Amino acid sequence: MDIVVLVKQVPDTESLVQIADDGVSIKTQDIKWIMNPYDELAVEEALQIKEAQGGTVTILTLGPEKAVETIRTALAMGADQGIHICDPAAEGSDALAAAKLLAAALKDLPYDLIIAGHRAVDEDNYQVAAAVAEFMGIPQISMVNKVVVSDGKITCHRTIEGGTVVVENSLPALFTTQRGLNEPRYASLPGIMKAKKKPVDVKTVADLGVDGGSVGAANRKVKIKAFNLPPERQAVRMIQGEAAADKAAELLKILHEEIKII
Amino acid sequence: MAQGVFAITEQRDGELRKVSFEAVSEGRRVADGLGADLTAVVLGSGIEGLAEELKKYGPDKILVADDAALADYTTDAYTNVLAELIQSSDPAVIITGASAQGKDLSGRLAARLDAGLAMDCVEIKLDNGNLTYTRPMFGGKIVAKVEIEGSPQIVAIRPNVMDIVENSKEPAIEKPAVQVGDLKTKIIEMKMETGDKPELTEADIIVSGGRGTGGDYAAVEELANELGAAVGASRSAVDEGWRPHSDQVGQTGKTVSPNLYVACGISGAIQHLAGMSTSKYIVAINKDEEAPIFSKADFGIAGDLFEVLPAIIAEVKKLK
Ligand SMILES: Cc1cc2nc3c(=O)[nH]c(=O)nc-3n(C[C@H](O)[C@H](O)[C@H](O)COP(=O)(O)OP(=O)(O)OC[C@H]3O[C@@H](n4cnc5c(N)ncnc54)[C@H](O)[C@@H]3O)c2cc1C
Ligand SMILES: Nc1ncnc2c1ncn2[C@@H]1O[C@H](COP(=O)(O)O)[C@@H](O)[C@H]1O
Repeated sequence: MDIVVLVKQVPDTESLVQIADDGVSIKTQDIKWIMNPYDELAVEEALQIKEAQGGTVTILTLGPEKAVETIRTALAMGADQGIHICDPAAEGSDALAAAKLLAAALKDLPYDLIIAGHRAVDEDNYQVAAAVAEFMGIPQISMVNKVVVSDGKITCHRTIEGGTVVVENSLPALFTTQRGLNEPRYASLPGIMKAKKKPVDVKTVADLGVDGGSVGAANRKVKIKAFNLPPERQAVRMIQGEAAADKAAELLKILHEEIKII
Repeated sequence: MAQGVFAITEQRDGELRKVSFEAVSEGRRVADGLGADLTAVVLGSGIEGLAEELKKYGPDKILVADDAALADYTTDAYTNVLAELIQSSDPAVIITGASAQGKDLSGRLAARLDAGLAMDCVEIKLDNGNLTYTRPMFGGKIVAKVEIEGSPQIVAIRPNVMDIVENSKEPAIEKPAVQVGDLKTKIIEMKMETGDKPELTEADIIVSGGRGTGGDYAAVEELANELGAAVGASRSAVDEGWRPHSDQVGQTGKTVSPNLYVACGISGAIQHLAGMSTSKYIVAINKDEEAPIFSKADFGIAGDLFEVLPAIIAEVKKLK
């Protein structure tokens, strides 16, 4: 089973995110970069399938030079090789253009299965995986928390509001991860040493045969006009009172009579 | 030239989901702003009745795509049918819900149509016929204003945020012949929770419990029951095995926007806030008056949840 995992490097969720001077991007200098949490689940699942059934796990990343750190992390977890689409011309691509680039790289790769995250916690687009599946002409199964792969078929438990749908597809297919799928492993020290020797192939936009005029910040279909900080809530009103019952009565008075929400 | 607005609705088991009414109401507002027509689209099997229900929200036209293969959502059947309907009507704007279905569908549809997509929007602004979409990014630490170039523009709206507005019309109801195409996905089973508890992403009120519950959710659940609310949880509570993953609110869980979010024994970590900061009102109950959740809440009670919750439950009961 040959598996490709789409992995993105994103700001650590703990990071303080500040708006850059241009007003449409974030300041990157103080940010710690990590593997997108949903993609960790994707790498882990790929490794488990490989351990059970054999095959290869390839990590595919589109991102700036430092994104190779995240590829190395995945290799240290146990993936076999990396492909890094790294080209200033691709920077700032929107989700659709990113998917075009990833799909172009996938065309040259043998694969039975593609695993991606449900969302990348930077732009929160929830879109790249579905678009990649469309460009590859394969089915996508979103928000999966259980997978069985056998006999050229994949059965996924897809989480939806209020329940789960079990769906079956034939391979090749793409699915996206949801928490509950697995517990991602940490890279071991020997894993980290080995990762240094694993191949990472770097590709430019031109290498992929993609028209430079359709990718990158200048060619976004979804144009960012402004970044703002979220509106501040008014300062909290702490409910005073002697006993819990007094506080509860006061809270209910507010919720029921003042803001009429219950 | 592309014109008109499409609102794609969502049904399950022949019942329209709430986000459908939000999409059609918002569609009406956008269409009025653009001086264009609104078409509501409903897909399913044996669903004529649903068109009646949608009339209330003011579409000029309702397209009913009725086919046995559309009974339950699958990416391939829904994308095939919608892509064809969209290509033949050429709308300028397509609105759908950013629900589990809407996220799956809109990403695929955008790629098929080579269209820009603004996902999980909390506001659509109209300015001289120009549309600007507001969407949280970086787990809500940033609120971006985006515009989409070209057409159609696809916008998926965050459930529970936009107003449902009644605006009765006598729309034309059409039942186009649909081609579901070559289907690859086979639904084996739908395992749905039973009971009439509201779903987290659709609930008006959520009572959420964190590590501070110590795993005892009795009071959280009782308050939720009294209020007709859904129960949510922090990731710590899920990691402890106290609650299922489907209850998790936050950056790696669900994004919720209820009218009222009651956080009990939750410290207010940034990843938790990412999932609930667009709630209309937030009440925090925490025994640590320095807990970060208080800086994001509207109303706070510093106290032990095992004393405060029973007192609140008693007060709620008095209202009945
Ligand atoms: C990549 C990543 C993703 C994450 N995603 C999520 C996510 O999606 N959702 C999420 O919730 N977290 C997420 N987290 C975890 C997050 O950082 C916090 O660890 C978590 O939210 C803490 O949960 P908590 O508030 O229940 O527990 P704690 O932080 O331990 O807080 C417990 C609180 O309960 C209070 N308390 C204790 N006893 C009582 C009592 N008797 N009465 C009243 N108050 C009491 C305490 O004062 C404390 O404030 C993520 C973390 C990472 C690194
Ligand atoms: N630049 C990228 N490189 C590799 N994979 C990506 C990239 N962007 C998105 N993905 C994949 O698509 C998923 C969804 O991302 P998004 O649509 O941006 O929320 C991520 O979890 C990744 O698996």
